[in-house]
Amino acid sequence: MILLNLHFFLPMERIKENKVSGKDKKIICYHCGDLCLEDYVLHEDKNFCCNGCKTVYEILKENDLCNYYDLEKNPGISLKSRNLGEKYNFLDQEDIQRKILDFKERSTAKVHFYIPVIHCSSCIWLLENLYKLKEGIRYSRVNFAKKELFIDFNPDRITLKELVSLLVTIGYEPFISLEQETRKKQKAVDRDLLIKIGVAGFCFGNIMLLSFPEYFGFEGIDDRIIHRFISWVNVALALPVVFYCSTEYFKSAYSGLKQKYINIDVPISLGIITLFSVSVIYVAFQIGPGYLDSLSGLLFFLLIGRWIQNKTYEGLSFERDYKSYFPLAVNRFQNGDYHSVAVNDLKEKDSILIRNQEIVPADSILRSEQAYIDYSFVTGESEPVQKVQNELIYAGGRQVGSAIRLEVQKKVSQSYLTQLWNNEAFKKKDNSRLQTMVNKISKYFTAAVLFIAFSGLIIWLGISMEKAWFVFTAVLIVACPCALSLSTPFTLGNAMNVLGRNHFYLKNSFVLEKMMKISHIVFDKTGTLTHSKKGFIQFKGNNLNSQEKIWIAQLLSNSTHPLSRRILNSINTTLIPVPIHEFKELKGKGISGVVEDHEIKMGSLDHLNDISDSPNSISSDDDFRHSQVHISIDKRYRGYFSIENDYRNGLKGLMLRLGRYYDLSVLSGDRETEQDLLKSLFPEGTSMKFRQQPEQKLDYISSIQEEGGQVLMLGDGLNDAGALVKSDLGVAVTEDITAFTPASDAILDAGNLHHLDKFIRFSVTAKHIIIASFIISFLYNIVGMGFAVLGKLTPIVAAILMPASSISVVIFATFAVNLMAKQKKLI
Amino acid sequence: MSVIVLLIIFSILVALVFLIAFIWAVRSGQYDDMESPPVRILFDDKIKKETLPHKDSSKK
Repeated sequence: MILLNLHFFLPMERIKENKVSGKDKKIICYHCGDLCLEDYVLHEDKNFCCNGCKTVYEILKENDLCNYYDLEKNPGISLKSRNLGEKYNFLDQEDIQRKILDFKERSTAKVHFYIPVIHCSSCIWLLENLYKLKEGIRYSRVNFAKKELFIDFNPDRITLKELVSLLVTIGYEPFISLEQETRKKQKAVDRDLLIKIGVAGFCFGNIMLLSFPEYFGFEGIDDRIIHRFISWVNVALALPVVFYCSTEYFKSAYSGLKQKYINIDVPISLGIITLFSVSVIYVAFQIGPGYLDSLSGLLFFLLIGRWIQNKTYEGLSFERDYKSYFPLAVNRFQNGDYHSVAVNDLKEKDSILIRNQEIVPADSILRSEQAYIDYSFVTGESEPVQKVQNELIYAGGRQVGSAIRLEVQKKVSQSYLTQLWNNEAFKKKDNSRLQTMVNKISKYFTAAVLFIAFSGLIIWLGISMEKAWFVFTAVLIVACPCALSLSTPFTLGNAMNVLGRNHFYLKNSFVLEKMMKISHIVFDKTGTLTHSKKGFIQFKGNNLNSQEKIWIAQLLSNSTHPLSRRILNSINTTLIPVPIHEFKELKGKGISGVVEDHEIKMGSLDHLNDISDSPNSISSDDDFRHSQVHISIDKRYRGYFSIENDYRNGLKGLMLRLGRYYDLSVLSGDRETEQDLLKSLFPEGTSMKFRQQPEQKLDYISSIQEEGGQVLMLGDGLNDAGALVKSDLGVAVTEDITAFTPASDAILDAGNLHHLDKFIRFSVTAKHIIIASFIISFLYNIVGMGFAVLGKLTPIVAAILMPASSISVVIFATFAVNLMAKQKKLI
Repeated sequence: MSVIVLLIIFSILVALVFLIAFIWAVRSGQYDDMESPPVRILFDDKIKKETLPHKDSSKK
């Protein structure tokens, strides 16, 4: 279920979609590219789907910003279903402003917003020309990758609230959350890594150049001073590599050892230390030039691997919790008037006002006469629930309809939903050790290397003391698992990229490793298997007259079957109570009854077995996507309603394919009404649970895990949030990548849900590629060990062998992933 | 031959300048966003006179 109900897609997809669905030429909104429905607005020979889009166009035109429309076709953001109201009044409050502003001093203020809808170059252009729209804005800059907008403005001339309202009116609603502080930290880490790569590259390049004479065998150069000088310069250049660039590896190795756990960084650190100390000793005692070139090259490649592994989708947020779902402020009644107040400042017994489409922030008692609360995001139930005066309303519900007054019962931090969020399951995950493939291998790898090194030492001790130490160190040097540790980041980084191109965004590459081991897939129903847009209902056959419609409506109103209710909603007729006789509802077949002496039957074709004329004009579009409800009046066939299903495309095929390899389950917050339909969708043996509360979903996941299953959970709403976090791999399914998704390991565009099996199979392919590159790096290691044990690992051999193994593993991983992706038609 | 020592020192110093320039660029945030600058450079600042006839032509 989409939270914000905004229908925007990336422009390319949008245009494609229009072409497919349009048999005739459809009218497309000049501003946002959405389809124009009947009530579109014509203005200056341009079509707009709604007044909002037209207004934006007018604002832009007035300010000479029509360039916006030249850069991309229909770049705008649809303004349908937006209600601004006084939503942003809280921005006038000092303490909230302080939290949001990055900087403020008299006439200068700086702020940055996360604007999820930024999607094309027109967006950048318009947002960077904001100063033309309103005075007081000095400067604005877009960070496209992070979808952030940095604004520098004069708070005396334009307030923060006015600024946000301006952004909202032109369609770029910022995502305001008090969590923004957490995002700032991440940036610094990324920069550090880049600098480390730069330093390592610098040292690597220079050491290589200075070592060139050695490579070409000018060892016996007449001038010993130059020789020694070069060696010492190399040592100096290696210092930053060891003491600055490799710090992360030492730290990780140390923390691993402290917990009595050998991770891949242990042998790497061992290699780095041996390489460096041996080289310094060689240089100091003029034994040889040492292995400094290999050392710096190794670090350079390792850091690049780390950078690729760290690359993630900065524009998407995987870590949201209830705080980003709840409003920041709410209207509180105080001293005879409503004032906007920060949600965290709400106290018990406060009286608050919740408008249409606003979310109830705390458990409260309804003081207005009635309310319709949509809990779909919290419980997964699709229909709004009616509440009457003095009933308790849980936080997280969304009011549908007119504004209501509530009395707060519990503080936000103590609400039912917030409590659920503080469930320990939500914290468990961080503590669990990442059992990555590489780390598993590294234990044996380290043991094997140490074994070989010591046996080499012992064997050679009998021949020559000096040679023995040389062999010992050479084994440690050459065994440095550089290639081993590179294969994973490059394979997974590339695979992640491939999946990202298919709109399946992973939080990081560890997620891929978890995906390889999945054994059980759990689906949420509402919003995950179904889409939020209601299916299209069409009547095919002889047109019904208004009298007949009333009869049908009357018959339908007696039935509780979901299809009946949906057809009833689609018939535009007023219900006039007419008595019905002999009403019958046959399960799985249909309904029948006599209204005003006319016998009406509705349902499947065999339910209408007594009709006089056979329906010959039925098209056979009886696929899963459409349900048909046939009608006969007085034993004469009249036609059928074709009802488009709520379920997403291609589910049946997907389940069939998934069912072969994995156990499947469906958890639904809804009632059992659609059980039959679900059964036809899923292969036999799928367990289905209905009326599931968020905790029950969570418990179900843990029960599978206790039996040793690795669970992949697909969900969309807050009600699945617990299960998503608890599962081994939580995937948030969303129709709009930029809209709210609960905390998860991956975000999947709902349009590609039917490719899920392909994605999982691809992760298994990635595993095979990693294993293959492990084998390659082992082969190199065996060759290197051969040299080392025989005491023939000269610096030149090391300088050739070590980078060669790293580079070939990187090339293999990259090409193999792309090749496999092409073969599986993922790119 | 000792001139080589001097040359090496100088070459490394020059390279250091570039390294420092790189570090400065990263620190100042030039590598934070790799996507919008290449787009941004292509925006033309249209002068008002130019935009007016353009609008007329789009009205056709």
